[in-house]
Amino acid sequence: MTNSILASPALILIIAGLLLPLLPATLRSLALLAAPLVALLMVWQVPDGTVVTVSYLGFELAPMKGDKLSRLFATVFAVMAFAGGLFALNQKRTSELAAAFVYAGGAIGVAFAGDLITVFVFWELMAIASTLVLWSAGPSARSAGLRYAAIHFLGGVILMAGIAGEVAVSGSVAFVPLDISTTPRKLILLGFLINAAATPLSAWLPDAYPEASWSGMVFLSAFTTKTAVYVLIRGFPGTEILIWIGLAMVFYGIIYAILENDMRRILAYSIVNQVGFMVTGVGIGTQMAINGAASHAFAHIIYKALLLMAAGSVLFMTGKRNCTDLGGLFRTMPLTTICGIIGALAISSFPLTSGFVSKSMVTQGAADQHMATVWFLLEAASAGVFLHAGIKFPWFVFFQKDSGLRPSDPPWNMRAAMILCSAICIGLGVMPQPLYDMLPYPVAYVPYTTSHVMLQLQLLLFSGLAFFLMLGLLKRTMTITLDVDWLWRTPGAALMRALDGAAGSVASASAVLSRSVVTVIQTRLRRHHGPDGVFGRAWPTGTMAFWTTIMLGAYLVLSYI
Amino acid sequence: MANGGDHWLVRETTIRILWRGSIAVLALLVLVDFFVDHHPQFGIDGTPGFGAWFGFLSCVAMVLVAKAIGVVLKRPDTYYDE
Repeated sequence: MTNSILASPALILIIAGLLLPLLPATLRSLALLAAPLVALLMVWQVPDGTVVTVSYLGFELAPMKGDKLSRLFATVFAVMAFAGGLFALNQKRTSELAAAFVYAGGAIGVAFAGDLITVFVFWELMAIASTLVLWSAGPSARSAGLRYAAIHFLGGVILMAGIAGEVAVSGSVAFVPLDISTTPRKLILLGFLINAAATPLSAWLPDAYPEASWSGMVFLSAFTTKTAVYVLIRGFPGTEILIWIGLAMVFYGIIYAILENDMRRILAYSIVNQVGFMVTGVGIGTQMAINGAASHAFAHIIYKALLLMAAGSVLFMTGKRNCTDLGGLFRTMPLTTICGIIGALAISSFPLTSGFVSKSMVTQGAADQHMATVWFLLEAASAGVFLHAGIKFPWFVFFQKDSGLRPSDPPWNMRAAMILCSAICIGLGVMPQPLYDMLPYPVAYVPYTTSHVMLQLQLLLFSGLAFFLMLGLLKRTMTITLDVDWLWRTPGAALMRALDGAAGSVASASAVLSRSVVTVIQTRLRRHHGPDGVFGRAWPTGTMAFWTTIMLGAYLVLSYI
Repeated sequence: MANGGDHWLVRETTIRILWRGSIAVLALLVLVDFFVDHHPQFGIDGTPGFGAWFGFLSCVAMVLVAKAIGVVLKRPDTYYDE
């Protein structure tokens, strides 16, 4: 058993992360690249069924339990740790890399968790580690990191309450498909949905992620939301409300991204949009739709990382993040431009990219169930993805106008990471079979039919036409768009300040009051018991004798009455 | 930049060629769709050119909705800076 625990791919990454700051620079680079590869090899060694059991507080925990779904997610988490490590090889802040590896290890831990308590432990580890990734960006990320941590710890508390209730009701900690018939299970679902950035609890993501460093956001985009998709697939497949939550996320992401100016916040909104497709697939819940959600999570992690690497390279080379400051970079950043366009095509599900072979299984799942509304909305959203991310991101960053900036492509390791991710995006699109073989259910789906390719090409290219015809309306302005986080950033903060002020005046008033009461008591005590007080002063013996005589006399008189 | 030394991709002539080429591709795409064997799920999605008009109109609708929401919710990007 000890050997099995040591053979946990999650622990390898966590330990590697903790050791990183202690290693000299050259060994650190080696560990950054080697640890994820070792973890990847170990992921593939995990057999089906429970590998490790531990007794804790009378519960039989299964900290490591494997099946195809677990291995699929753990695989892409390990691949992402490698690609992210390669991209961040020249990141000077070792604390960010250390936190990122613990974070990745936490994600793999959740993927192999066979019980809810193990899920919770790794869940919280991820919350802590991801906050540290954010904070590593420096003082500018401090308040966004605090807000991020507050939301995730709130989500953790809700999840813990749900798990405790589930144990009380059913007596089981097993992580199996749950219906939402009981309150504790609803709390568990809510805890999961907060991490999935489900609308209207999605504001934390576009608030926090763009404040991370140029490499930090690459890590952040990969793990939290996709771990949430994994636990939703595992715990709540076929829960109908997820269809509508997913669709709300899809359109929220598009609308907000259309209005956004910060290039990485555009991509943050599009994470919510893409996770929406996955959540919808989980809600549909058929084998086709679950395969779609799982494979789309796999494809998404890689192409979103690629997009954020392109954006991170621009930020690293220019220090600028707003579309209004950027443009025309294709001249001197050709490789970043091409890789960014490949990522943009993949997120748009362009034929021959990874997004095409994965997302179409979700829409096919809706069609198979004759869900017309869902299907038409998903197709409209597919066109919208091209609009808000597929064209908007590369157009405003690399083309648009000439910003006068002439940065070169980034250092070799950042270029290599982008080329690796681009190769995976196209490789999966051209040869989907290896991905299909890893999916939880057998795949009976052929993505490349003439009618499907034609439909998708028309949706996307005419979306492109709409983009360029409405370019005037889409012109970027130096604005942000208010989101739900306004509630706690403006009136919430004002309320806290007011309460703080009220508490302050109550405190000072009570201080004055208590001081005066104490003073009165003190003066009185002093008057009677002080050195000159009637009870405190030394009385002469004569007075004493006098009063004793009076007392005895009175006693004598009283005894005769 | 109007000087001749700028990148060929941003010259007026190139942009004109790109627009013409793109429109030709779009037209061709719709044309070819008349000869494709469709597998409609809901009827209308099997009609030629469905993806074209549906994709286009969806995008126009989403941009207009976004602009409308923007009127209410957009703020200067210094809004949260104390």
